[in-house]
Amino acid sequence: MDRRRFLAGTAAIVVLPFGTASATPEAMAAAIRKVVGDAAVTEGRVALDLPPLIENGSTVPLVVSVESPMTASDHVKSIHVFNEKNPQPNVFSARLSPVNGKATIGTRIKLGDSQKIVAIAETSDGRFWSASADVIVTLAACLEEAT
Amino acid sequence: MANVLVNAPKIAKRGTIVEIKALILHPMETGFRPGPNGRIIPRNIIERFTATWNGATIFDMEMSPAIAANPFVSFFAVASESGTVGLRWTGDEGFVVEERVAIAVE
Repeated sequence: MDRRRFLAGTAAIVVLPFGTASATPEAMAAAIRKVVGDAAVTEGRVALDLPPLIENGSTVPLVVSVESPMTASDHVKSIHVFNEKNPQPNVFSARLSPVNGKATIGTRIKLGDSQKIVAIAETSDGRFWSASADVIVTLAACLEEAT
Repeated sequence: MANVLVNAPKIAKRGTIVEIKALILHPMETGFRPGPNGRIIPRNIIERFTATWNGATIFDMEMSPAIAANPFVSFFAVASESGTVGLRWTGDEGFVVEERVAIAVE
């Protein structure tokens, strides 16, 4: 093998893992299907706010807000958050109603790896809306020593 | 006994949207981590957090091991009438904690 072909080969090996890492794991897709059923999920109306670069994955602030007037005829019924690479795909599911006035939920979550987070909201007309965010985690949750 | 910290306005104008923040002391052990002896530490999490306003449910959240230790939750509610907001956390190993805060609506 000459030098040129060797270099081309190593480049291919290095590039490969990045290609596969962005693929959506089936567990998350299955968990989302369980919530939405056969309904279509439209991107939009949902805002998912969390830091893009996370130093410590064991406490990550996350805010999900959905654009909605929150009236009896048009409100958000539920908000679900999923992740790709934690041991389990579910993060939380919350039920809302017009008494909330504002479809915003804040919490703190654990992230085991750099990954994609997906938030899905169901509105009172039965439609599903989503938003996703890619985050980089430098120190993962679950790795710290248990005491 | 578990420690709870709740932040909600004491007085609210009728019809305004108020934010309620709740923090509770809890390890949220995932059930995926090995302990010092190499064995997996059994799961111990809060599974559910609910809030009521004068008895009527205003918020209901199912949690998973992916919620950080000492769970913090913030949500909103329309201040319609004076009364008490009841917060309730339930989880593994028979964990139940209830907390009440009074909100005066004028």
